[in-house]
Amino acid sequence: MCFVAAWEYRLPVMTSFDPLTALLGGALIGLAAALAVLFNGRVAGISGILGGILDLDRANMPWRLAFLIGLVGAGAVMLARPEATIEITGSTPLLIAGGLLVGFGTRLGSGCTSGHGVCGLARGSKRSLVSTAIYMGVAVATLFVVRHVIGG
Amino acid sequence: MMRLLSGLIAGALFGAGLALSGMVDPARVLGFLDIAGIAQGTWDPTLAFVMAGALAVATPGYWLARRRAKPMFEPAFQVPGKGVVDRRLTLGAVMFGLGWGLVGFCPGPALAALGSGRTEVLIFAAAMAAGMWLFGRVAR
Repeated sequence: MCFVAAWEYRLPVMTSFDPLTALLGGALIGLAAALAVLFNGRVAGISGILGGILDLDRANMPWRLAFLIGLVGAGAVMLARPEATIEITGSTPLLIAGGLLVGFGTRLGSGCTSGHGVCGLARGSKRSLVSTAIYMGVAVATLFVVRHVIGG
Repeated sequence: MMRLLSGLIAGALFGAGLALSGMVDPARVLGFLDIAGIAQGTWDPTLAFVMAGALAVATPGYWLARRRAKPMFEPAFQVPGKGVVDRRLTLGAVMFGLGWGLVGFCPGPALAALGSGRTEVLIFAAAMAAGMWLFGRVAR
């Protein structure tokens, strides 16, 4: 048996595809979604949470801000590990165009990968199933055109 | 107090899950969305496993929630009821898919990656917030 002191244990950083780490990370996301609905009766949808804050919806502000602080804070802690890297290839105009489309589109369509993709599918919502199928399909088609038709 | 603490914990678990599974890295997300990679042997199935792991835990969570009259720390559930598929839903999903396919960031990962200190993340997140704010002004 191998004994590792708790402070010596380091969470793995995925460099190539690792199904167990992917499933474990996903399970944490699912646990967050389950706790949000069981404790607070809320959908853990990031576009709804950020959008509600920007709309200055006062009644729901405290919980949403607390969730957002947890999300950004945990991400920062995990990304502080030197071996955790992210790779962004888009130019500044592309990042701005993409951000505007994601922001406006997720509000218009009432949700994103978390609200529709995780919470909506978990509660068997037909709207979420349709939304998820559309944004997945459009994202796949967009990237195909950008990488292999224009960029090919 | 419990309402805030539970929000903070749920957010932290969500952010940790996104970072652990590599979903904060747009290159990894694009590696999944690039289906040409299936034939080339470069396809990255990570996102599918993350979704499977998330649904495996969230589905029983929602099943339990449905059996309760109210959530633990608040007076009522705020989960949307059954709606119809309309133009707003489909058009919104199309716009979101376009932006996601261009950059590889969706809202959760874009916010969870802010702590990387990378200017590109800040630019994307600011544009995303501007898009959301704009929606609140024009399309409501």
